[in-house]
Amino acid sequence: MSRVVNPYRKDFPLFQAEDQKELALAYLDNAATTQKPYVTLLAEQLYYESKNANPHRGAYDLSVEATMLLEETRDMVKHFFTVPKEGEIIFTKGATESLNLLAYSYGLTHLKQGDEILLPISEHHSNLVPWQMVAKQTGCKLVYLNLNEEANISLEEVKGKLSNKTKLVTLAQVSNVTGSIYPVAEIIRLAHEKGAIVIVDGTQAVPHLQVDITELNPDFYVCSGHKLYGPMGVGILYGKMDLLNQMSPFLYGGDMIEYVEDFSATYAPVPQKFEAGTQNMGSIAGLRGALTYLEEKNRNQLFQYEEELSNYLLEQLKKVPHVQLVGNKTGNNRIGVVPFLVEDVHPHDVVTILNQDRIAIRAGHHCAQPLHRHLDVLATCRVSLSFYNTKEEIDRLCESLKGVRRWFGYGSERTI
Amino acid sequence: MDLKELYSDIILEYSQDKTYRKPLMRPTVRNRGVNPSCGDNIELELQIEDHRIKEVAILGKGCAISEASAGVMAELIQGKTVEEARTLSDLFVSMIQKKVTEEQQLKSLEAGIAFQNISNMPARVKCAVLSWHTLEEALNQEA
Ligand SMILES: Cc1ncc(COP(=O)(O)O)c(C=O)c1O
Ligand SMILES: [Zn+2]
Repeated sequence: MSRVVNPYRKDFPLFQAEDQKELALAYLDNAATTQKPYVTLLAEQLYYESKNANPHRGAYDLSVEATMLLEETRDMVKHFFTVPKEGEIIFTKGATESLNLLAYSYGLTHLKQGDEILLPISEHHSNLVPWQMVAKQTGCKLVYLNLNEEANISLEEVKGKLSNKTKLVTLAQVSNVTGSIYPVAEIIRLAHEKGAIVIVDGTQAVPHLQVDITELNPDFYVCSGHKLYGPMGVGILYGKMDLLNQMSPFLYGGDMIEYVEDFSATYAPVPQKFEAGTQNMGSIAGLRGALTYLEEKNRNQLFQYEEELSNYLLEQLKKVPHVQLVGNKTGNNRIGVVPFLVEDVHPHDVVTILNQDRIAIRAGHHCAQPLHRHLDVLATCRVSLSFYNTKEEIDRLCESLKGVRRWFGYGSERTI
Repeated sequence: MDLKELYSDIILEYSQDKTYRKPLMRPTVRNRGVNPSCGDNIELELQIEDHRIKEVAILGKGCAISEASAGVMAELIQGKTVEEARTLSDLFVSMIQKKVTEEQQLKSLEAGIAFQNISNMPARVKCAVLSWHTLEEALNQEA
């Protein structure tokens, strides 16, 4: 069978193995997690093979080396995201933990009755349920930003809902359901004018857009390593130092203390204050590998190719009878995350049928139930692309989609 | 398990059947069952009188497997006592888990036997048992 040449696939063991097969897996669920390049896996293995010791806890060389690796990775992350001098990077388990840290250590202590948290209705549950908890415990109120026709957030909507009561704005830079790129830079500016603090969830943005935290100027920024070609188990929290200094720790224990008396303790400075316990050093080393991999590529070229693929996907999906795109139907202000429905067939059944053709996409509410209620659909199918995908895979997807309705006794051709 | 076995005639027939899809006038118990991973959402209504299930309604929306399983369940439990319904529910779950495989023992599940091999498709097991778990919860509420 013919293979479209994609220069990146050989960097990934999973695709290298798949591409030997009669019918390779078309992995189109990259918003859930990306595949890992050799560089990531080797970096993790190398850490355990030759540098494994508990960082911060030994005066011997090996522990010093582990500590150095931790700090070098932190510096690399800072460089990767152009973190300003007055900001710091904290390692967490993932975006979910970063957001919970903010809800507990910032939300619970800085918000009170009468205050408002402004957030889009489309947020991932990890940037929604923690704030529901904060609202319940502090008496502050959640105010939702609704989406417009293009499944985006208009600045009018933001201006209309921002008020002097708004103390916190929290939003994704890119929606994991619709792929919409929200105008975060403008929203940050508007929020700051009102004196509100802004959290940006960059989980779906960082794999597909160049992110410059200095320029964007959020107060906090979070993402997960495993969606950025890194291993599972490591995430990032960026925060401005003055805010991080005011906040109380999230987890208490070893590595985050200075002096421990019998009945009290003083805490280590940021970032250690927020990194209690032994860190996931294998994953941190792997993340460093992933960032190295990405920095060695021409990222603009990756982004350009992803945009081309995304436009091709939209174009081709529109040609499949009985497929309805959900949300933004154009290629504007979006990445290659595309939700859709097949008329009369539940998304879960669509996924099962595509699976038979070795095509992996996601079905469900994608951890965004309020958004699905808002869009008035119970669940959607979602394709999400990465630079290792090909047009051939998109063609296979569309061919397979044409056959879906037949299983349920419906015609697959256009009825009009 | 291939798609032909999964989407068998009997499963497709039950998934499209509308017999139990009308809200009850006087439900005595209501319970919602959701399958968070794929978005199945079933709303079960029962009218129970003197420990007997007089009427059943399956509302909400799910995939073909969850809807077919719910349809089969509704047909099986309508008119049964609460105890009989619990026994059927245990049997259905045991069949899915492959703890009971003898055809003779499974006879009382009637059309439900169509789901016997669903465990060969692990991603769909939750869909097949959703309505039954929803029923168990509903019966516990009632008790
Ligand atoms: C926008 C967004 N935020 C947060 C998360 C949570 O990420 P994790 O599960 O890695 O903590 C996800 C994952 O799907 C996401 O898409
Ligand atoms: Zn289902």
